[in-house]
Amino acid sequence: MPAADFRLTTDEMARFVADGYLRFEALVPDEINDAVIDELRALEGPKLMQVLGRTPDAETIQRPDSLTPLSQCYPSPSVLGEYLRLPQIQGIIESLVGQDPRYDHDFVHHLPAGSGYKQNLHVDAVVDSSDPTFDIQLFYFPHAVAKGEGGTRFVPGSHLRRARAEGVSRYQHMLGEQQYHGPAGTVLVFHHGLWHAGQPNPGTQDRWMYKIRLNPVESQVRRFNLDDFEALHNEPSDHVFATTRPDTVAERLRKMHPWQQGHEARYELMQRTLLWRYLSGDPRFDVDYYFTRLEQRARLASR
Amino acid sequence: MKLRQQVLYLWLAEGALETSPVAWAFHDGSAGAGPPLPEAEPPYASGVAALEDGWLLLQSPAPYALSPGQEHGTSYLANEFVFERRIELSD
Repeated sequence: MPAADFRLTTDEMARFVADGYLRFEALVPDEINDAVIDELRALEGPKLMQVLGRTPDAETIQRPDSLTPLSQCYPSPSVLGEYLRLPQIQGIIESLVGQDPRYDHDFVHHLPAGSGYKQNLHVDAVVDSSDPTFDIQLFYFPHAVAKGEGGTRFVPGSHLRRARAEGVSRYQHMLGEQQYHGPAGTVLVFHHGLWHAGQPNPGTQDRWMYKIRLNPVESQVRRFNLDDFEALHNEPSDHVFATTRPDTVAERLRKMHPWQQGHEARYELMQRTLLWRYLSGDPRFDVDYYFTRLEQRARLASR
Repeated sequence: MKLRQQVLYLWLAEGALETSPVAWAFHDGSAGAGPPLPEAEPPYASGVAALEDGWLLLQSPAPYALSPGQEHGTSYLANEFVFERRIELSD
């Protein structure tokens, strides 16, 4: 993202479409990272009690209702509010789901040191609709997570597969999957469909992660920084079996993950193409001619 | 002697058994008494390589009819092959 404009660039948006996530290393300053754990601790207890069907104890933090505009969540003074109102975070959010999206829910993921608790791979919520709109989920890691100390496991590129939440739990291992580790203040921004799973914490430090899901309430078309749009957005003729132009959105969308091999990758590419059509507002956009070929013939058939 | 089953799932790149795994899962009914499999990398280079190592094929994916309008959609991993190995344990 450019320094003066915290919205995402076309390059970053194309990578989000291809990978289903973006990573911002040490984005949140230490003043917030150091102070937010106390607030997460205050939020964690009542949320857990509620999920377990018990009455929460007296609360010291005002929890937002679903459907609350994000701008009204965690009003000042709140460290979580400070995090959510960082201009860098606001720029990411606006680029992907527009201004002032609705709060869906949030959750504090706290795993004590040495905990063996482990989730199977899953998709959050329920099987998705087939339209290209999407929510985002921000995963904020306020402290450093060392390699192998159990950060979130996720499968890059899995976000456009329509699957039931627990239907993907059978995949114990996938080529190219990642397990998060990184410095304090890192934020992962997920398309809501990305397959992921919490992992055990074999480390010696409690692990804290704050996740928030946001719903767009306005069109997600061209909300990002368009300075590099014309340079990267390609014509529908960009076709790997005919001619291609270098350094385009098409080039970025063609990059498959290790588990996306063979002819299956062509369908992945078609799904990415549909999402870029939506985000770019260009219904003619194509990569490798898969839609253009079919749509030309469909027009003939309808004459 | 007691018989116990080890089950290996390989999700291959394509529907052909000689293609390489993109995902895998191992379930060990012998509770560690039978031979282990590596976890960090695919245990075999292909489905055929698993056969050559003594695994017996239980299930291979059958072609399926495509629903109109759903031809280009993506969902679960398509090429799921299931193998078993029977382990003899002394009583």
